[in-house]
Amino acid sequence: MANPNVVLHVADVHKRFGGLHALSDIDLQIEEGKTHAIIGPNGAGKSTLLNVIIGKLAPSSGQVVFDGNVLTGKKPYQINQLGIARVFQTPEIFADLSVLHNVMIPALAKRDGMFTLNMMRSLESETGIRAKAEHMLEDVGMLNRRDMLAGSLSRGDKRRMELAMCLIQHPRLLLLDEPTAGMSRHDTNTTIELLKKIKARGMTKVIIEHDMHVVFSLADKISVLAQGRIIADGTPDQVRGNPKVQEAYLGGAH
Amino acid sequence: MPKFMSRNDLLLFAGFSLVVLTMPIWLAPFGAGYPDLLQRFMIFGIFAVGFNILFGLTGYLSFGHAAFFGVGSYAAVWSFKLLTLDAIPAMIFAVVISGLFALVIGFLCLRRSGIYFSILTLAFAQMSYNLAYSVLTPITNGETGLQLTLSDPRVIDAAVGQGFVGQPVPNILGQQLSGYAGFYFCAGFLILAFFIAQRIAGSPFGMMLKAIKSNQTRMQFTGFNTRPYALSAFVISGMYAGLAGALLAVTDPLAGAERMQWTASGEVVLMTILGGVGTLVGPVIGAWIIKYFENILSALNDNILARFWSFLPEGVADVLVKVTSKFVGDGWHLTLGLAFVIVVIFLPGGIMEGVRRVAGLFRRSGSSGAKTAPQTQPAE
Amino acid sequence: MFEVIFLQFLNGLDKGAAYALIALGLTLVFGTLGVVNFAHGALFMLGAFCAVTVRMFLTMETVTVDPEKLSPWGSPLEIREPLVQAWFGDFGAVLVNYSVPLSIIITIPIMLVVGIALERGIIKHFYKRSHAEQILVTFGLAIVAQEVIKSVYGPNPIPQPMPTDLRGAADIGAFLGMQANIITYPIWRLIYFVFAAVVIGGVFAFLQFTTFGMVVRAGMADRETVALLGINIDRRFTIMFGLAAVVAGIAGVMYTPLLPPNYHLGMDFLVLSFVVVVVGGMGSLPGAVAAGFLLGILQSFASMNQVKAVFPGIDQIIIYLVAVIILLVRPRGLFGRRGVMEA
Repeated sequence: MANPNVVLHVADVHKRFGGLHALSDIDLQIEEGKTHAIIGPNGAGKSTLLNVIIGKLAPSSGQVVFDGNVLTGKKPYQINQLGIARVFQTPEIFADLSVLHNVMIPALAKRDGMFTLNMMRSLESETGIRAKAEHMLEDVGMLNRRDMLAGSLSRGDKRRMELAMCLIQHPRLLLLDEPTAGMSRHDTNTTIELLKKIKARGMTKVIIEHDMHVVFSLADKISVLAQGRIIADGTPDQVRGNPKVQEAYLGGAH
Repeated sequence: MPKFMSRNDLLLFAGFSLVVLTMPIWLAPFGAGYPDLLQRFMIFGIFAVGFNILFGLTGYLSFGHAAFFGVGSYAAVWSFKLLTLDAIPAMIFAVVISGLFALVIGFLCLRRSGIYFSILTLAFAQMSYNLAYSVLTPITNGETGLQLTLSDPRVIDAAVGQGFVGQPVPNILGQQLSGYAGFYFCAGFLILAFFIAQRIAGSPFGMMLKAIKSNQTRMQFTGFNTRPYALSAFVISGMYAGLAGALLAVTDPLAGAERMQWTASGEVVLMTILGGVGTLVGPVIGAWIIKYFENILSALNDNILARFWSFLPEGVADVLVKVTSKFVGDGWHLTLGLAFVIVVIFLPGGIMEGVRRVAGLFRRSGSSGAKTAPQTQPAE
Repeated sequence: MFEVIFLQFLNGLDKGAAYALIALGLTLVFGTLGVVNFAHGALFMLGAFCAVTVRMFLTMETVTVDPEKLSPWGSPLEIREPLVQAWFGDFGAVLVNYSVPLSIIITIPIMLVVGIALERGIIKHFYKRSHAEQILVTFGLAIVAQEVIKSVYGPNPIPQPMPTDLRGAADIGAFLGMQANIITYPIWRLIYFVFAAVVIGGVFAFLQFTTFGMVVRAGMADRETVALLGINIDRRFTIMFGLAAVVAGIAGVMYTPLLPPNYHLGMDFLVLSFVVVVVGGMGSLPGAVAAGFLLGILQSFASMNQVKAVFPGIDQIIIYLVAVIILLVRPRGLFGRRGVMEA
């Protein structure tokens, strides 16, 4: 690869649904330790792109390479084991388990791998994992809610817990799909603060977002997607001044 | 030093063991304190505990578990026929065989989830049942059922020169397993089965199973390959079913294909639901209640009913006898079906949830009352 | 050889028609309401018992004892005369003779009421609950239905004679210009096949050409969108459930001369019909019909002695085997849409 700092390379990806070109000519290089935002109007193909990266959808052509591994054709759990974690647009959590258990499970996944038949060990004795999970919950400010059922949390708290579930795995790459969608301004700001805190730790992140406030306060680099193509690429300031971007946003659904 | 079991778990286990072992005493006033029925309580308790490991923890609704029960029975009887009348080798043999059988069927069925899984298990169980009745007659003895005869080889017994007089009966180290000996033999296995289930539920593995039930997608994006977990749960519950089937063969060494029919699979589903899916003791209680009422209600007839209602005026009594007679005797299944529908509609958490609701009412009487049942997510 | 194969093909048709009819109703309910109905087989069985009941009423008799004459056993001769015959004369006799097809007239409203009551009373509350719970509650209902029938009609099968004119066999071979008396086929089975074709055609036409059907099809594709249009889709779905019950019921009525109904008839057919639905593709109406016939015919071929000689017991398991293979290899079934219940 040309740039040794590139950790995720989306190479010439096309995705067609029947006759519809959802993604064309997508080429993205995401550098280690950077926060890379993908923005674009509704229907631009952001979620499709994320699903291709995470292996939920197979690209019609092209491939996604993470740290020398081709992700195309890999199962979600294999991709996670390579060090990619994902926060969903609608939080995917274990609604009928406690908050603490929700966070312990990813920690166990990190330690035990894809499958371990540890049925005679006691959960009570997993003190190390528990301490780690509690520490993580404290980090996101949810330690006081650890015994609640995850399903009964507020939407903002669910999202924060999901973030904790991803962070406890110390992923090399964190994918965030509209991390502030449907949140109040207050919750949004808390989330931004939290994400800034993580950024300081040098974790690579890809954020899909259409809230410009979030994007410009977090991103090192921004790619703008419109009608399945990348129309602009660069630092926040470069993108802000790009006339094509303004056109896409004014002419688009946004 | 890591804790082996939490205080609560230990208390639950001790309490459960005590309740089981003293059953002959406290069930006597209910007319159920005789070994034959108690053995069935133990056997179906094991079956239900095992079924719950799959359905209750993992959320996969199998409609074919009776197949494993039947396989366990056949395997045990074959062990009695070919090897020895001692029960222990038969139990081991049955558990191993049903576990292998569950491994194959589980491997295939778990490639799908949700209703497809249910239908696949149902299809496999029906296939097993049909085959047991037709082509596999040399193994299953078809409609007559597999039974012990005097001319069976019994290699091990023959080698040690152990002879017997009269009808061959399973035993353990020469001790006959009739009456209360049989009950305590089965009770020991139920307690062991309960203990293992308790350990599983309280282990990281158990938490993975619950997580699979809760959100399979998140599980995969968390880095777990869910299939081996679900398959392990399937095989374990298949082995439980095999164990239960083997115990039934020990207490009554005659194995028939009807044990594999899907109505039998449905029965264990009923037990688990009635008691409380996903709880440890619920399925056992469900099994006991169904077997108890089956025993009581199916023995009732018009004469007994007439005596029961005799305190009422004659006309009213006659009507009541007519009506109630539809629900007892052969009509017992009607009662069971109605009870089942009512439980699923009004008390999806089963008896255990009912107990919790009532306890909740007592704890904060006057306040808002019971909270509604948690809605489970579909397993797809 | 051709004759043998053709005959087996024909033999599979009536069973296939029954599977197709039940699977059609199952699919209607699943596709519109999203409910997995384990009680659907019970509706087939209830239909069959409507026929039994109608015949029971039609054959209620008056018994008059004629002291003058003696029966061969030496007791006074009892003359039994069905009431309908006493009232309507020859027309009454025709009624009794044609009791099975006539039952359809009475079965339709009964099944409609049963279906609607079931949906409004119970199924409605399970739309938002998990498939597992839907299976459980409908399974419970199926048990209740079969036990009620058992307690009213007893455990034994009750044979239903077919109309005298429609007994016997049709020489299809001769009709097709082949040698006579080689391919003969019972007339009633032929009627059942035609009946099934008409019902299936009717359901498809209804869905295709009426506004009601259009809304329902749209609802099958995307329930929420249609609800947004302000169309009272729930009420239409109730009617669909009633319709599915009617289809199952009349399929049961017409099947009685081929297989004397007993209380577990529904369960027997249900398990197979579910397999049919899965093979055809969950939620696909053409799939349900095609798979029904396909499996009926396959079963008929599997029960040929030549086949059984090669694969012993194949006739017992063929349907399940096909289902297992389909589910593992092509989970959406033969006609299923991509992504619909493919998990």
